[in-house]
Amino acid sequence: MRPTRVLALLPALALAGPAGAAVLPEDRADVLYHRYDGGGVTIDGPSLLVRKKFAEKYSVSANYYVDMVSSASIDVVTTASPYTETRTQASLAVDMLNGKTQYSASYTNSDESDYTANSASFDVSQDLFGDLTTVSFGFSQGWDEVRRNGDDSFAEDVDRRSYRLGVSQIATPTLMLGFGFETITDEGFLNNPYRSVRYLDPDSPAGFAFQPEVYPSTRTSNAAALSARYFLPYRASVHGEYRFFTDTWGIDAHTLTAGYTHPIGKQWILETGVRWYDQSAADFYSDLFPRADAQNFLARDKELATFTSLMLSLGATYELPRSGLKFLERSTINLFYDRIRFEYDDFRDIREGGVPGTEPLYSFDADVIRLFFSGWF
Amino acid sequence: MKRTVLLIVVVAGLTGCGNVEPWVKPYERQNFADPIMAPDRDPVATSYLNHVFEAREGARGALGSHGGGCGCN
Repeated sequence: MRPTRVLALLPALALAGPAGAAVLPEDRADVLYHRYDGGGVTIDGPSLLVRKKFAEKYSVSANYYVDMVSSASIDVVTTASPYTETRTQASLAVDMLNGKTQYSASYTNSDESDYTANSASFDVSQDLFGDLTTVSFGFSQGWDEVRRNGDDSFAEDVDRRSYRLGVSQIATPTLMLGFGFETITDEGFLNNPYRSVRYLDPDSPAGFAFQPEVYPSTRTSNAAALSARYFLPYRASVHGEYRFFTDTWGIDAHTLTAGYTHPIGKQWILETGVRWYDQSAADFYSDLFPRADAQNFLARDKELATFTSLMLSLGATYELPRSGLKFLERSTINLFYDRIRFEYDDFRDIREGGVPGTEPLYSFDADVIRLFFSGWF
Repeated sequence: MKRTVLLIVVVAGLTGCGNVEPWVKPYERQNFADPIMAPDRDPVATSYLNHVFEAREGARGALGSHGGGCGCN
């Protein structure tokens, strides 16, 4: 079971994103293999994207994405049994260009054995001030159904909404600035129907016992991001971003990202980057509650804990020589590798044993690989 | 009266907006056509990484481009 948060609400911009209005995205196809390996969890699979323009005014894109999950995470091995399963996601998006305005609409379906998510998105972007400024706004509505494997009587709904605003600004001939703001609201069954919280229990041999977690039925979050991308004098670029996040569950988070992109000749683009992320815990999170039913809401999801993560990234893009395939204008092969270190401040590794509440704090490393072919036609 | 003044200010502002002289001329923007300046050069790859973040972190939103689904535990 995965849905700590299911995010199928938000795929619109992955396909339709009006990052730069007044020009429709290029016709291209991508075939990507992704792999995440960390904390006892391995997730891999393909993602396929095809995008094609029609009548110089419309662009249609379709994405098919698969997660093949094999999980023996710390949550699973301490309170349940390792599992494998597959999630598939399909999206369809349409962009329409009308003068300096671009309209984008998309629909996404995500399905797995115990969770179904559907979402619709609509975005508009407009170029202003001699095309130096692009303003965009969008809305998404999501409808999820949460189920529980082995319990046919269990089915709960979640409604999700996202409201977003973006501005990108050409500030100088070498500097692009960006601002984004997004509010997301959720209502319904927001916790994981399998996950448990831990509480002190003197009658248990281990000194603690488990009970199902209980979350509030609503959540509203706000996130704001500022970004900059600068073209260096010797044809390379640097970029940076800061994002602040806060929500009604008491989580505040800061994200800092920086990167450097360096082309070599006409065929290679190399890049490297670092990303630092830090969050406070939800108000109702605890690694160890003092007793059963200690409060109205109970969580021991490590994604709601206090933690810091640091990611280091390397990437290479190679432009392939022209092939015999006449319909391909150009094509690239790309490999990106990211290593992420997660360190938790109040989530303990109870596999280590010891007096409850004094076990070592949990941490783990994850390796993320993206290998893909892109072709423009 | 206040409303009239506000209306005049807003109309004047909007009219003025239409006449903003672009301080970066079109012929000075070739750097932004270079792929290394694209905010999201490979949407499928970016979308996947954002999905990884949103599945592992409490924060969400304002990522510029978005991922879908989960695979969290």
